[in-house]
Amino acid sequence: MATERRKPFAIKAQPGFGLVAMLCFFMLYLPIAILVVYAFNAGENIALWEGFSLRWFQSAWANETVQEAAMRSLFLASVSATIATIVAGMAAIATTRTAPYRGLTFKYAMINQPLMVPEIVTAVSLLIVFSRFKVWTGYSGIGYLVLAHTAFCIPFAYLPIRARLENMDLTLERAAADLYATPWQAFKRVTLPLLVPGLVAGYMLAFVISLDDVVITEFVKSGGQETLPTYMLGQLRRAVSPEINAIATVFLALSVLLVTLFYFVNRKKN
Amino acid sequence: MSDATRIAENARRADIRNRWWLTAPALFILFVAAIGPLLVVLLYSFMLKGDFGDVKYGQFSLDGWFSVFFERDIFDDTVGIAEAHVSILWRSVKLSLITTLLTLFIGFPTAYYISIQEPRRRDLLVFMVTIPFWTNILIRTFAMQEVVRNEGVINTLLVWSGIVDRPIQIMYTDWAIFFGMVYVYLPLMVLPLYASMEKIDFRLVEAGYDLYAGRFQVLRRVIIPLVKPGIVAGSILVFIPSLGAYVTPRVLGGGKNLMLGNLIDLQFGQGKNWPLGSALSITLLVIVTVALLFYVRNASKSGGGHGH
Amino acid sequence: MASTANAIDARGVSKVFKGAGQDEVRALDNVSVTIRENEFFTLLGPSGCGKTTLLRLIAGFDFPTEGEILLHGENIALLPPYKRPVNTVFQNYALFPHMTVGQNIAFGLEMLGKPKDEIAARVSEMLKLVRMEELKDRRTSQISGGQQQRVALARALAPRPKVLLLDEPLSALDYKLRKDMQIELKRLQHDTGITFIFVTHDQEEALTMSDRIAVMSKGKILQVGSPHDIYVRPVDHFVANFIGETNFLKGKVISSKGGKATVELAPGGTLLADVPEAGLPKGEISLVVRPENATLVKPGKGDLSGTVETIVYFGTDTHVHLKLTDGTAFMVRQQNAAGSGVDVKTGDKAGIAIAAGTPRILMD
Repeated sequence: MATERRKPFAIKAQPGFGLVAMLCFFMLYLPIAILVVYAFNAGENIALWEGFSLRWFQSAWANETVQEAAMRSLFLASVSATIATIVAGMAAIATTRTAPYRGLTFKYAMINQPLMVPEIVTAVSLLIVFSRFKVWTGYSGIGYLVLAHTAFCIPFAYLPIRARLENMDLTLERAAADLYATPWQAFKRVTLPLLVPGLVAGYMLAFVISLDDVVITEFVKSGGQETLPTYMLGQLRRAVSPEINAIATVFLALSVLLVTLFYFVNRKKN
Repeated sequence: MSDATRIAENARRADIRNRWWLTAPALFILFVAAIGPLLVVLLYSFMLKGDFGDVKYGQFSLDGWFSVFFERDIFDDTVGIAEAHVSILWRSVKLSLITTLLTLFIGFPTAYYISIQEPRRRDLLVFMVTIPFWTNILIRTFAMQEVVRNEGVINTLLVWSGIVDRPIQIMYTDWAIFFGMVYVYLPLMVLPLYASMEKIDFRLVEAGYDLYAGRFQVLRRVIIPLVKPGIVAGSILVFIPSLGAYVTPRVLGGGKNLMLGNLIDLQFGQGKNWPLGSALSITLLVIVTVALLFYVRNASKSGGGHGH
Repeated sequence: MASTANAIDARGVSKVFKGAGQDEVRALDNVSVTIRENEFFTLLGPSGCGKTTLLRLIAGFDFPTEGEILLHGENIALLPPYKRPVNTVFQNYALFPHMTVGQNIAFGLEMLGKPKDEIAARVSEMLKLVRMEELKDRRTSQISGGQQQRVALARALAPRPKVLLLDEPLSALDYKLRKDMQIELKRLQHDTGITFIFVTHDQEEALTMSDRIAVMSKGKILQVGSPHDIYVRPVDHFVANFIGETNFLKGKVISSKGGKATVELAPGGTLLADVPEAGLPKGEISLVVRPENATLVKPGKGDLSGTVETIVYFGTDTHVHLKLTDGTAFMVRQQNAAGSGVDVKTGDKAGIAIAAGTPRILMD
């Protein structure tokens, strides 16, 4: 009666994979955790823990440059994401649910192009062109940043809207037409309401992408047009003060919030 | 009877025309702030460099392209290989390849592990990979800096445990860049891998075991071939941004250990050699395009499974 | 005005789809059919036969390449769907997921610009008609498949269309629910007096529900008639085979007189069979014998003889598969009522008697 108790054979398991996964998550979160912890450190030394304090948040908040950069970042992200979502939404409607037509592939390529070009290349190309524009027009305002951000946000806004449209049941619009709705009425009463989750998702993606951008902004901005990321990049070259940790922590919290929201918007649509 | 055909044809034309109008704003923005500037870069790479940056308009020159790989000796005008450029190019490719491989080795088991969890836990773990994915690359690079700097976690631990008596220099070395890139691009590997692993039909794995394969053989002969599209996608998604990386080498490499992205930046800054910078940009773009074409070819070959 | 005008009159309708390159698919090939007012008319055929295409042309989701479609005498072939007094019940119901049951039913009336109180009254009337009063404010995702089906019906009936089109509306339901809905549909058609055009690939559904059936194959209508007509007098192999179970026998016509022909059968023996209305085909002919019109008799008796190959028990009846002397397969259906039928087993020789007046010669 040697009934040795053995674990049943697990079909899906692979030895050691769980360990690597744990290590991976540890790797992903350890640096972030350290960054956040030291944002709350009372001392100046980022290697020594000297007690809990919010002083770095306070000093960052009081820093006018930071305030201004933060406001500029938010402004840029909301304006660029809005424009990008509108034009990408229109483009998505125009490029989905159709038999292939001349120029469709061209449109796809154009819209997705910013995803395929390395950021640094886009950045220098915009530097070249916009520095010319600045000389010709004499205008060196935030418009260039808005234009640049809108352009690279378009594919990010486009993807979820397009996905939503493609999953949408074509017969719903047919049903609307069958029930006497003109094409415009069918769009307004059926397509648009069903598209809302896609539009929200697209807007949020575009917003996060714009908010995070550092390379392109760094090359396009005129003097005095720091955004939060370019400000941080500038600070990183100097002796780092925990104030940066505080800013990064707030930034991080904002990203987490947006991703969480995005996650739930996306889940609700199913 | 051609009435119907004519009406249908007219409707089709009107539809396509409307579709162009609807796309026009997006195409316009992309032309002005994406495609157009790229064409200008191509143009600039064939111009004579200006004395204080920019180019001399209308003056055609191959100097920019020439100096991507070669340099003229200042004294005797002999032509030699531009060692600085070639070594940076090589470093970029090498670091990107190693980064891709290491993220694959960490990412594959992780993605697989996530995919075999029960749904709730799986969603949570995916979400946990998504958060760093959407976190500002600068913040993540900065976080890595906290780890590798002389007063950072690694060195503090090493000194405290007595393994070394003074901090080893990691910051501002290739190692720092390498750590930073693996860290920054890891989620880009895990997510596409997970996407293809999620779709694994485990009856195939059962069939593998049924036909006397062991764990490793099932992994090698069944699972890996099944998720090959994910492996290719993840590798490309990591390799491409690694190659053009700018922020990570700038912050962690400290301006000494350059990668291609920083070399390009340099030509538009201190170097004041815009044609060279443009030529380097196009070079980078070409490498990336080749990698993408490789991916597309691979994807269309193995993507035959999902017809319409 | 047109007192007994037809509801739908399709005249010479063809629909050609352009495929890849030079390919053309003729989904409908010169189809003409007349659908009477207040009729339950079924388009029956396998997938790809063109039945759904014809329905879509009537609904206005597609336009015919050639031909006219008259609705009460008026050509509607080129009108967009929202200008046709015709409504559709879609195969997957296509209920608007962002609206409640009531809002779905009200949609068509709103689009027609009907006053609010009229819409409200009509919606409750419709809900009552399909027995869904208590679910008016539910989301369409919160109700069962059968209930969604009823909402789809109510929504399509609410604007009082001249013709209601039903595109395989029962295919998504399970067996029991499908049976209930078949009866429900008949009732609705009777109560509303609206012409129903019903598309299905299920011959049993077509036989039980329809006033008339059009059997379609490869873009053509092969036969139009009452269920009884189609079952008892199929015109060709396809119709005979598609509807019910059939035995085909080959033979030669020896003589014919007054709609009957004497046929010398290939497996031996002769039979008296009905001649098709279009006349006798040339050369070798096929005739059709339904399995329930054949009975097993002692060897050497009856019209045919064969060897029993397989016996399949079906509860109410038993199917006996035989091989005739020339190798032709033949099936006899025997009722399992007590005392009926001949006791046979595999390998036995048996005679087959065929009920007089039932064999029929096919056109092809």
